[in-house]
Amino acid sequence: MSSFNLVESPFDPKTAVYNAVVDAGDPWLHEIKKGQVFRILDLEGNQAVDTLFYNARDPDERYSAADTVRAQGALYLTAGTQLMSTEGRVMLTITADTCGRHDTLGGACSCESNTVRYALNKRPMHSCRDSFLHALAHYDGGLTKRDITSNINFFMNVPVTPEGGLTFADGVSAPGKYVEMRAEMDVLCLISNCPQLNNPCNAYNPTPIRVLIWDAPSQ
Amino acid sequence: MAQNLNPIPPELFLWEEALPGGCHWSGVLRRGNALRLTDLSGRANVAALFYNAEEKLERYNMPDTLKAQHTAHLTTGHALYSDMGHVLCSMITDTCGWHDTVCGVSNAEMVKAKYGETTYQTRRNAMYRNGRDSLLIELGKWGLGKRDVVPNVNFFSKAVADEAGRLHFDETNSRPGATLDLRFEMNVLVVLSAAPHPLDPRPDYAPGDVMLTAWKSGTPGADDVCRNACAENQRGFYQTEILYR
Repeated sequence: MSSFNLVESPFDPKTAVYNAVVDAGDPWLHEIKKGQVFRILDLEGNQAVDTLFYNARDPDERYSAADTVRAQGALYLTAGTQLMSTEGRVMLTITADTCGRHDTLGGACSCESNTVRYALNKRPMHSCRDSFLHALAHYDGGLTKRDITSNINFFMNVPVTPEGGLTFADGVSAPGKYVEMRAEMDVLCLISNCPQLNNPCNAYNPTPIRVLIWDAPSQ
Repeated sequence: MAQNLNPIPPELFLWEEALPGGCHWSGVLRRGNALRLTDLSGRANVAALFYNAEEKLERYNMPDTLKAQHTAHLTTGHALYSDMGHVLCSMITDTCGWHDTVCGVSNAEMVKAKYGETTYQTRRNAMYRNGRDSLLIELGKWGLGKRDVVPNVNFFSKAVADEAGRLHFDETNSRPGATLDLRFEMNVLVVLSAAPHPLDPRPDYAPGDVMLTAWKSGTPGADDVCRNACAENQRGFYQTEILYR
């Protein structure tokens, strides 16, 4: 295992302008302004946080997993990674990371893919893509299923082997680990705090996360 | 590696069309037909997106394709899944061995920075086209656009990840005459760009020419190589077949 580039944050939760818990299996939709700093805290460890970003002013521009991989020439996200948009622009920069590796190939679970991956009778189970659709249905911004693209899975470890295999490995996260990023444009953040009960990557136990936002530090 | 079916028997042949390097194409392939892509020079890259032609909100889904088959690349036996748990098409033969689906496409800025600027005015149809604009042009012909661009397949291209996840482009992956056959399990809108792969380090803009050949493959039998590649695919093919009952 290569060593991770762990970077701690200088920000104190006491000074955050937003601080909330997202329960296991719930969606969260919130705007983060340019310059603000956004932290996702894994409260109990190895929780998958399925995350999409849109340009808040022009949501046709959105997070692009492929452009992020292409731009850094590497698969995994960590401190220093620039999260790229479909227009080839930097949406956010990961500035702190005490977990060390995050996935952007594994996508979001859905009841349809669960029937393929696990068993045909898994269709009724709650899923990330249902959470995304639920949040967007109540959002007045005109976003629909058409806008649900390949996401980030914060705290998930999905190693690719040199032979081209894909594995959902044991988690590298733990209670209290966090990832933090600075918004480089006004972004709309859509999270599904993953409800997957069929995959050992979260020990079959979805758990809550905490999300915090700080205003841009004064220069 | 599966045996190539070359040449296609005349009674199975449907049509053939050239896709010159750098150019773009779109069209509908129907369930039970196959599209053969041939890399004529050994230097082709074919960026591809796939949509259910009857409900275009349903489209190729890179993560679902990779997760279902525990793979980070595509070759013989692999199914290309939609976001709705259906198999859009499957790779029934492949003499290349590795097709990328994680690196995305080039864009205008990248092509200009890497290869220099060429325009229609100076080069006519030899102008340098980029992957993103090429896909957007073809998508526009079907009422689709920026919101419909998702992570794509890059046929004939290979980028290997090291332990840290850093990607290394393999210039030797394809060869002149390499072919793959995509059998369509649904009626599918296919959108292609033959612009260079975004991680191809070669300094010259020289994307390879491609031949597209459509033929009547029929639908998969009980012993099909893709259906039986894994239990996940058996369920995926079942769910696709019941759409047509």
